[in-house]
Amino acid sequence: MSVRRLAPDEVQPASFAFTPDNLAWARKTIGQYPPERKASAVIPLLWRAQEQHAYWLPKAAIEYIADMLDMPYIRVFEVATFYTMFQLQPVGTKAHIQVCGTTPCMLRGAEALIKICKSRIHHEPFHLSDDGDFSWEEVECAGACVNAPMIQVFSDTYEDLTPESFEAVLDAFARGETPMPGPQNGRRGAEPEGGALTLLDLSFDAAPPGGAMVAEKKVAEAGPSAAALALAAQEEADIKAKLATLAADATPEQKADAVGRRPQGLPVAREAKADKLQRVKGIGPVNEGKLHALGIFHFDQIAAWTREEIRWVGTYLSFPGRIDREEWTVQAKALAAGAPSVKE
Amino acid sequence: MLADKDRIFTNIYGFQDKSLKGAMARGHWDGTKGFIAQGRDWIIQQIKDSGLRGRGGAGFPTGLKWSFMPKQSDGRPHYLVVNADESEPGTCKDREILRNDPHTLIEGCLIAACAMGAHVGYIYVRGEFIREREALQRAIDECYDAGLLGKGNKNGWDFDLYVHHGAGAYICGEETALLESLEGKKGQPRLKPPFPANMGLYGCPTTVNNVESIAVTPTILRRGASWFSSFGAPNNLGTKLFCVSGHVNKPATFEEAMSIPFSELVEKHCGGIRGGKDNLLAVIPGGSSVPLVPAEQIWDAAMDFDSLRALKSGLGTAAVIVLDKSTDVVKAITRISYFYKHESCGQCTPCREGTGWMWRVLTRMSEGRAQKKEIDMLLEVAGQVEGHTICALGDAAAWPVQGLIRHFRHEIEKKIDAYSANPHGEPVRIAAE
Repeated sequence: MSVRRLAPDEVQPASFAFTPDNLAWARKTIGQYPPERKASAVIPLLWRAQEQHAYWLPKAAIEYIADMLDMPYIRVFEVATFYTMFQLQPVGTKAHIQVCGTTPCMLRGAEALIKICKSRIHHEPFHLSDDGDFSWEEVECAGACVNAPMIQVFSDTYEDLTPESFEAVLDAFARGETPMPGPQNGRRGAEPEGGALTLLDLSFDAAPPGGAMVAEKKVAEAGPSAAALALAAQEEADIKAKLATLAADATPEQKADAVGRRPQGLPVAREAKADKLQRVKGIGPVNEGKLHALGIFHFDQIAAWTREEIRWVGTYLSFPGRIDREEWTVQAKALAAGAPSVKE
Repeated sequence: MLADKDRIFTNIYGFQDKSLKGAMARGHWDGTKGFIAQGRDWIIQQIKDSGLRGRGGAGFPTGLKWSFMPKQSDGRPHYLVVNADESEPGTCKDREILRNDPHTLIEGCLIAACAMGAHVGYIYVRGEFIREREALQRAIDECYDAGLLGKGNKNGWDFDLYVHHGAGAYICGEETALLESLEGKKGQPRLKPPFPANMGLYGCPTTVNNVESIAVTPTILRRGASWFSSFGAPNNLGTKLFCVSGHVNKPATFEEAMSIPFSELVEKHCGGIRGGKDNLLAVIPGGSSVPLVPAEQIWDAAMDFDSLRALKSGLGTAAVIVLDKSTDVVKAITRISYFYKHESCGQCTPCREGTGWMWRVLTRMSEGRAQKKEIDMLLEVAGQVEGHTICALGDAAAWPVQGLIRHFRHEIEKKIDAYSANPHGEPVRIAAE
């Protein structure tokens, strides 16, 4: 429970009305509920009003929506003050920073983020910075706990923050940019840092769900060739057998050296411009980073890998067989020749 | 470790194609019409046989819940409502389903709706999940375009599915508060009975289910109840999404078999405890509302409903919050206490006043500005809040405090001793009884 009041009269606009687009959207939304239950649409409509009105909800908008839904004003005031995502005061024009401060985020450093908000924006939450560009508040668990600590800015979340990356996000907003949402440490989502440990082997046609109805089902899309899959399976088994003889704490490099030969890397990208390796299906941001560290910057380098080198890289990236299964060398050859990516 | 071929959520990280076409290639929406044709009794029996217990925290058997819906409509429509108001601190599993694997949920909604005689469904997504509900809406639109949903659809059960959203109130995860909110009111829980199966949304028979409970049902029907029940210990069957946060080397969300030992959970999936096994202090195994369990008790414990209840805690939503020895455990629980103070809806006095009282006393205790006799007073007040409110938020606020005192009373006493060992200008205050 907390006391939440409307903004003082001086800052309240005289009137509010939906834009034509939002009005059409509102009519459609009201249609989702039984005709005599229009009040159900109150939260979605208030939220749309807030988005339209610089992310804060003026009194005029609350009354406008009450009229639209045939609700007494007090019922809509109740809703607007009960739900804490409704901002009843003006917020920063460039960003309203909502720092999650609940225990899972606190354990991973949310307090340091709040400290930065206090020094950079305002020492009190819900106050505008001197230039009016920023405001901040501490919110309760925003549901991204495995990517803690995190913040939400309007519709997007910024996760896996450190004080440094948080400052960088703030800097970008200050320049008027919208930084790339999501984890800020190279993760793509909720997978463990450094790459997923599960769902690596998804040959959906090879492992059909048990029911008879599905057993005959085959993947509709053209996948890799049967030859590539067979080769991958054989390589995987062979490498696994070799690795079993190594000590359990062997480094990825030691493992890779045991099964193949390290490809010759470049000290820097040619003309200081690396190809976008993520266009190869199977290479994400993490593996791209690892390949860069090996001095692999260009499609033609991947296309030229020998069998020994494929084994080395596959083992080093800890997924032997996958390079064959996803046919990286074939893809890279096509990309080097200017073909579109299979991802695109 | 659970084999990849036995995972229900094959796109939980969003690395694969999220579209309907991609979902179908992974086996979703396959044979749905056949399941509908088998009828509601068959579907409910399959879910009962699978042993699926609700994934929203309470662990109530899902098939049994569905069977509570009236067999014959008395003229009132039936409603399916999906609880996607995922707000329990530590929990972030439904988010991944909504944004990365939404077709599991949508197909599940159609099947569940058939099983309970509902032709309309609402998915109530928490307000903060803006991108998630956009992704879900896109997936639903695709299904309408492909003729899988709507009136006269290919699957043979008329069903309209709508996305609704909240605006930042934890209490709306409680099913009757959610219904109030869906009706356009403040999210204040209703007295039960009448239960939603009789009088739910708009006074009509309604079943409210968690996202994950619904999303696993199509795969259970496809692969058979016995496949699902082959995982986990008796009475705790199936696979489950776990989200491990806090002091592990690599926090992550992943699907595992129920009853997996805690040690395996953190060592195989999360890179181990930060600083090694010996650095583990305690674990909150099921989202912030369950009591914490100290390291020596949790390490070999099976992660399921019954084993954790035996440790006086619970599986809850399988949101595992790990605390290592660098944690100020009193402060960590104080922050949880603040959460419940903030999220109390204000309807019942024990919770409205009690959550704030407990937080204020804990705040003083975490600084040492308290007296030792207040620890028992705090325990007593927590007991007065627990069980004396309309909904379970009062219990949820009391349990972490009780867990703290049960296992870490000495930490509070240490803080009080450290504070009183030094001279202070202001006298130490005592809470009013």
